[in-house]
Amino acid sequence: MARGAASLLRQAPRLTIALLCLPVAAGLAGTIVPALSDGAQGLRAAMDWPGFPGALWLSVKSGVLATVLSLCITLGLIAGLYGTRSFARVQHLLAPLLSVPHAAAALGLAFLIAPSGWLVRLVSPGLTGWTQPPDILILNDPAGWALILGLVAKEIPFLFLLSLAALPQTDAPRRLAVAFSFGAGRLAAFAVAILPGLYRQIRLPVYAVLAYSATSVEVAMILGPSLPPPLSVQIVIWMNDPGLTQRDTAAGGALIQLAAVLGLILLWRLGEVLSRLALCRWAEAGARGLLAQAIVQPVVVASGVLLAGLLVAGLGGLAVWSVAGLWQFPDALPQSWSLAVWQRTGDALLTSVAETIRVALMATAAALMLTLACLEAESRFSLTVGPRALWLLYLPLVVPQVAFLPGLQGLALRSGAEGHWLAVAAAHLVFVLPYLFLSLAPAYRAWDGRIAVAGAALGATPARVFWRLRLPMLLRPILTAIAVGMAVSIGQYLPTLLVGGGRVQTLTTEAVALSSGGNRRLIGAYAFLQMALPALFFWLALLLPALAFRNRRGLAVAA
Amino acid sequence: MSGQLQLDALRILHGGQTIVALDLVVSPGEVVTIMGPSGSGKSTALSAVLGTLSPAFRMQGRVLLNQRDVTTLPPHLRKVGLLFQDDVLFPHLSVGGNLAFAIPPSVKGRARRQEMIDAALESAGLPGFAGRDPATLSGGQRARVALMRTLLARPCALLLDEPFSRLDAALRVQIRGFVLDRIRAERLPTILVTHDIEDARAAGGRVVTPLGAPVSLE
Repeated sequence: MARGAASLLRQAPRLTIALLCLPVAAGLAGTIVPALSDGAQGLRAAMDWPGFPGALWLSVKSGVLATVLSLCITLGLIAGLYGTRSFARVQHLLAPLLSVPHAAAALGLAFLIAPSGWLVRLVSPGLTGWTQPPDILILNDPAGWALILGLVAKEIPFLFLLSLAALPQTDAPRRLAVAFSFGAGRLAAFAVAILPGLYRQIRLPVYAVLAYSATSVEVAMILGPSLPPPLSVQIVIWMNDPGLTQRDTAAGGALIQLAAVLGLILLWRLGEVLSRLALCRWAEAGARGLLAQAIVQPVVVASGVLLAGLLVAGLGGLAVWSVAGLWQFPDALPQSWSLAVWQRTGDALLTSVAETIRVALMATAAALMLTLACLEAESRFSLTVGPRALWLLYLPLVVPQVAFLPGLQGLALRSGAEGHWLAVAAAHLVFVLPYLFLSLAPAYRAWDGRIAVAGAALGATPARVFWRLRLPMLLRPILTAIAVGMAVSIGQYLPTLLVGGGRVQTLTTEAVALSSGGNRRLIGAYAFLQMALPALFFWLALLLPALAFRNRRGLAVAA
Repeated sequence: MSGQLQLDALRILHGGQTIVALDLVVSPGEVVTIMGPSGSGKSTALSAVLGTLSPAFRMQGRVLLNQRDVTTLPPHLRKVGLLFQDDVLFPHLSVGGNLAFAIPPSVKGRARRQEMIDAALESAGLPGFAGRDPATLSGGQRARVALMRTLLARPCALLLDEPFSRLDAALRVQIRGFVLDRIRAERLPTILVTHDIEDARAAGGRVVTPLGAPVSLE
């Protein structure tokens, strides 16, 4: 029995990799085959669509610009503020934003920047003289700027917190001190002494941001243009065509989308090489970057803080709308407050919450078990983890969802699993697992191995060491990883929509579905719950260890 | 419980170089000291006896406990106790929880186990400490709890990996005396690893290098 369990444990990494890669591979096959069958009719139909060039261009543009901007602002924030007191403040501002689903963030921004949104209301009619919402296209602008803004605002917290996790391995304080002693400005010191080592560690997350920004569906539906929409949105429109005649066209579009993202990543790789050369030249020329310091840094830091502020204000706006009574333009606040929406749609909201939690718990529980099994196998059998394993972990985040989920939907349809909440949970697992693993692995690997030796010397079996010593001691990072997993699942739009066949209705699918309508109070309620739910789990992840270890000073949070 | 600990032609190689070569019989209650500078393979010898040797090392020879060959047994089945340089108390368990973890599952009954914990704390001069958070104990108290925890697991032999080196001078003499007295009382065959000549003198047994050469304490 014990031996059977041990050999099962030894297979855990392989099983996990299979669970990550097989759905992606099967989905891609399910996309490529119909796109290329019948003389590539699907591919041709997609390319013959009149909106095709514009849609593809939007996808490329939003991908590249959102990634460049969010990366530059993130690195600028770190370069400008690392080691200062404001750094901790920015960290505390950005960390909670990571758990906010993309759709909720996009809806919040939409409410904020729309012609009748909070920003215009704040300056109207005082500064603008407007007593009616102005007839300008801020939201859903054809050039996609609102979309890019939304993507940048949401990706900065992601890149920032991942960089923060990587910083300790760059020996930053000592390297910066050396660079400062040469008279380098903060920006130059960071770029030369820290950036190369830091970037190497956040390269895969950057590719994930690039792939996501070029292919996001829900953010593009809420903030992006509609005539034409970005290619990803058009693919979903084809997918949802009631006659099912457009499925091959959708597959063709998805194939092009995949090729476009691969092309973008190659292009980005080229950009990395060129930037590296330029950086070396710059460093060898003895640049101190004092001018850049004076001009670039304040702009970058200000825009980072401004974007985070916009996101926070937008989320606040969602909450306000959900309890607004009469709220006429250009009033900055509602004339009256009302819980009418909450009362009227309470049952529907609760149903969505229950469905969301059911799917998220299932996906997170499975992801947690696989992650723990992998990490325990790694430590018990002294397995080494190569860079290839990390690539596989990032595979579902770098391959665009819209490229392989249509194929997966086809499989779900044929197997009869489509529309079942377990099928949706299984699809969520593919995205929950990488994030949960990345969240838990550092703490798991950093656990003091002498504890295990001490336990074994006391006669405890490896299993007893795992259950009685390792797991309880790692309660805090495990609960945080669970919260991360829940947040990822709660925020999933496309897998829920496609694998659920519209019959599994979570807060996210409901909020996005409502977004095209005009009921701001209702949207506010759904989006508010969408962001409150992950926050609740993160709050529990802080609260429970504090309670469990209230009499254990050795496990207190280091200040 | 006690018997003898035998290292039968134990050799450990690392990258073609022999770093440990010991052929020893440690009798009940005897403390053999392995002395040498840091990095000389002292702790590696202990891992071999404990069964936690990293695969990077190659090992020859046998480890016998009461004539029982334990060379291929996993650590938790060897019945070899260990005291670290630090106390390595489990931070999430109370002092009593730490001790309870060590009591073999074969000891049944909550009352019986609690009795053993109380008796152990009493004999260590820490009566009533069962409910305490280990992090609130002094260094000397923690060291004593660590020893009691190791003894409660009823080991057949004991390994000491520089267990006194982190204690300040006054405490060191006191804790060393406490540990050595208990070892003699329980008649445990013991191997002490240290680089401190005073530890070796207090142990009172043979002193060798990791390569088996006798060390003179003069």
